[in-house]
Amino acid sequence: MNLNALWEYANPKKFIQTTDRVLPWVAGLAALSLVFGLIWGFFFTPEDYRQGSTVKIIYLHVPSALMAINAWMMMLVTSLVWIVRRHHVSALAARAAAPVGMVMTVIALITGAIWGQPMWGTWWAWDPRLTSFLILFLFYLGYIALWEAIENDDTAADLTSILCLVGSVFALLSRYAVNFWNQGLHQGASLSLDKEENVADVFWYPLLVCIAGFALLFIALVLLRTRTEIRARRMRVLLARERMGA
Amino acid sequence: MGLTVSDLTIARGGIRVLEGLSFALGAGQALVLRGPNGVGKTTLLRTIAGLQPPVSGRVKVPADALVYAGHADGIKATLTVRENLGFWAQAFGNSDITGAMEAFQLAPLGERPAGALSAGQKRRLGLARLLVTGRKIWVLDEPTVSLDVEAVAMFASAVRAHLAGGGLAVIATHIDLGLSEAQVLDVGPFKAKPLEHDDFDGAFL
Amino acid sequence: MIALLIRDFRLAMRAGGGFGLGLAFFLIVVTLVPFGVGPQSTLLATIAPGILWLGALLACLLSLDRIFALDWEDGSLDLLATSPLPMEALVTIKALAHWLTTGLPLVLAAPVFALLLNMPTEGYRPLIISLLLGTPALSVIGTFGAALTVGLKRGGLLLSLLVLPLYVPTLIFGAEMARRGAEGFDTTTPLLMLAGITCGTIALLPFASAAVLRVNLR
Repeated sequence: MNLNALWEYANPKKFIQTTDRVLPWVAGLAALSLVFGLIWGFFFTPEDYRQGSTVKIIYLHVPSALMAINAWMMMLVTSLVWIVRRHHVSALAARAAAPVGMVMTVIALITGAIWGQPMWGTWWAWDPRLTSFLILFLFYLGYIALWEAIENDDTAADLTSILCLVGSVFALLSRYAVNFWNQGLHQGASLSLDKEENVADVFWYPLLVCIAGFALLFIALVLLRTRTEIRARRMRVLLARERMGA
Repeated sequence: MGLTVSDLTIARGGIRVLEGLSFALGAGQALVLRGPNGVGKTTLLRTIAGLQPPVSGRVKVPADALVYAGHADGIKATLTVRENLGFWAQAFGNSDITGAMEAFQLAPLGERPAGALSAGQKRRLGLARLLVTGRKIWVLDEPTVSLDVEAVAMFASAVRAHLAGGGLAVIATHIDLGLSEAQVLDVGPFKAKPLEHDDFDGAFL
Repeated sequence: MIALLIRDFRLAMRAGGGFGLGLAFFLIVVTLVPFGVGPQSTLLATIAPGILWLGALLACLLSLDRIFALDWEDGSLDLLATSPLPMEALVTIKALAHWLTTGLPLVLAAPVFALLLNMPTEGYRPLIISLLLGTPALSVIGTFGAALTVGLKRGGLLLSLLVLPLYVPTLIFGAEMARRGAEGFDTTTPLLMLAGITCGTIALLPFASAAVLRVNLR
């Protein structure tokens, strides 16, 4: 495949046309895998011998935490594309992904607190991972606030892209700093190659389905929001043109 | 030494304002820009000064030859007139400010804090800054605002001396400076026509 | 370059509040803490390094929006952008001027404030070193934030929102070093990390600050 063909989708019109066809499928698949995965996870898996039924919150906690980070990664990539190739759709996709990523972060934080209460006996502990997610939340907040504050669309896209770049470096630094600062009570990564140590197969398969569901949900939401951003932007331009008396 | 603008299209706030502009200036020449308010004169001057990128077309300026003066004079109220001017001279690698002080009759005001100056005096200080930079290309946006008749004459003679010394100037102004040798360009006819709706990039613009 | 530094220095001196305001704010924070947590000297001694670091950080934050806002309003920034000074040098000088007028006085005043908070004397040296190493990073990061928000009418609050998360690594290592020092532990690791972060930000962030400033001047 010619890689250059990919850039065609950076044309807003082409993007809208393509997503018209793709979006229902992605949304449908997301709904299907989420319903299937969550029902499987919540009702058809045994209870953990140590953690009881509370362990089942991983079907929300782990996928949302993964997507919270992946959303930022996606914003980083689209920001870079905007800086290098200046495709408007790319910048708008980053803008569209931010609130979705922020909500994922909030879900991860809340489900973490709900899980932490019976496990650690406290709703909130300054555990490195929880703290990192709180910091990630702050980064999302700042990023979104900057988009909202700037009137000129291109200026906003430029500034937020650079903020995203710089923010990524500092978010990574914060992650390690926080690790150093407090060794923490979190269990090791639930997803790693030696999965048998962490999560047994019975929990593992529905978890995979849920992760796929969250990823699809994320893609569907971002596509939908990007379309909205494109149309909103187009409306602003048309209005501005009318004011100019064109 | 020369300034060449070729087939320039510029935008303000994402909206194209002027298109198809071309002109060339050589040493000793001046260009006066005219046109109604909001047509894009300031945007054009800022583009020439390199403060914003053009949408298309080229601005050819020799490196480190240009000085820009906009609506604001960049004067610090708590510094004296001499300190203000001295700073700009140093920022452009010069040190002598007496000539500039005299050209705009600022010498008696030298030790006064710039905050205590009148609007016209501040403007004179802002224009004196042009002289201390030693740059050959002046890009001036409404330089005569709040100047009285006498000060306008001071400014006109400063421009004339600058041109005589091989400099060049692009000036956006509404009043007649009495610069008979200056070319006049009305930017009105270059007003950008809107693009077709479904042009590239799905026509945001 | 020196000319710009001297000018900024002069402005800070004459406008009043350049040196004084940050220090006064620092003093107020340190004065208010015992009212909030109680006057027990052991408790104060325990939290002193953290309070001093937080106070320094907030005092730094307070003066950030002045870095570019004044030059932006009176048009100096446009003129500086067309001067021979590269934008990267401009933002570096601005950060340096900010550090000299805000960060350095805080570092010098820190021992006095540490005394007020009953900090053990062996903790003074690590505290001062950590502040000396850390506050330049605060100024450089703050300059980036100030450059991001320079054109905005109500940039002050947004500036804090953008800059504070970026301060997290510096704060963690700086306060950790001061705390370990006060408790008599080895401070090498946080010292090295703090120095690394400061050097990294000073080396790289001015490029980002210059880029956003150029965008904002368009």
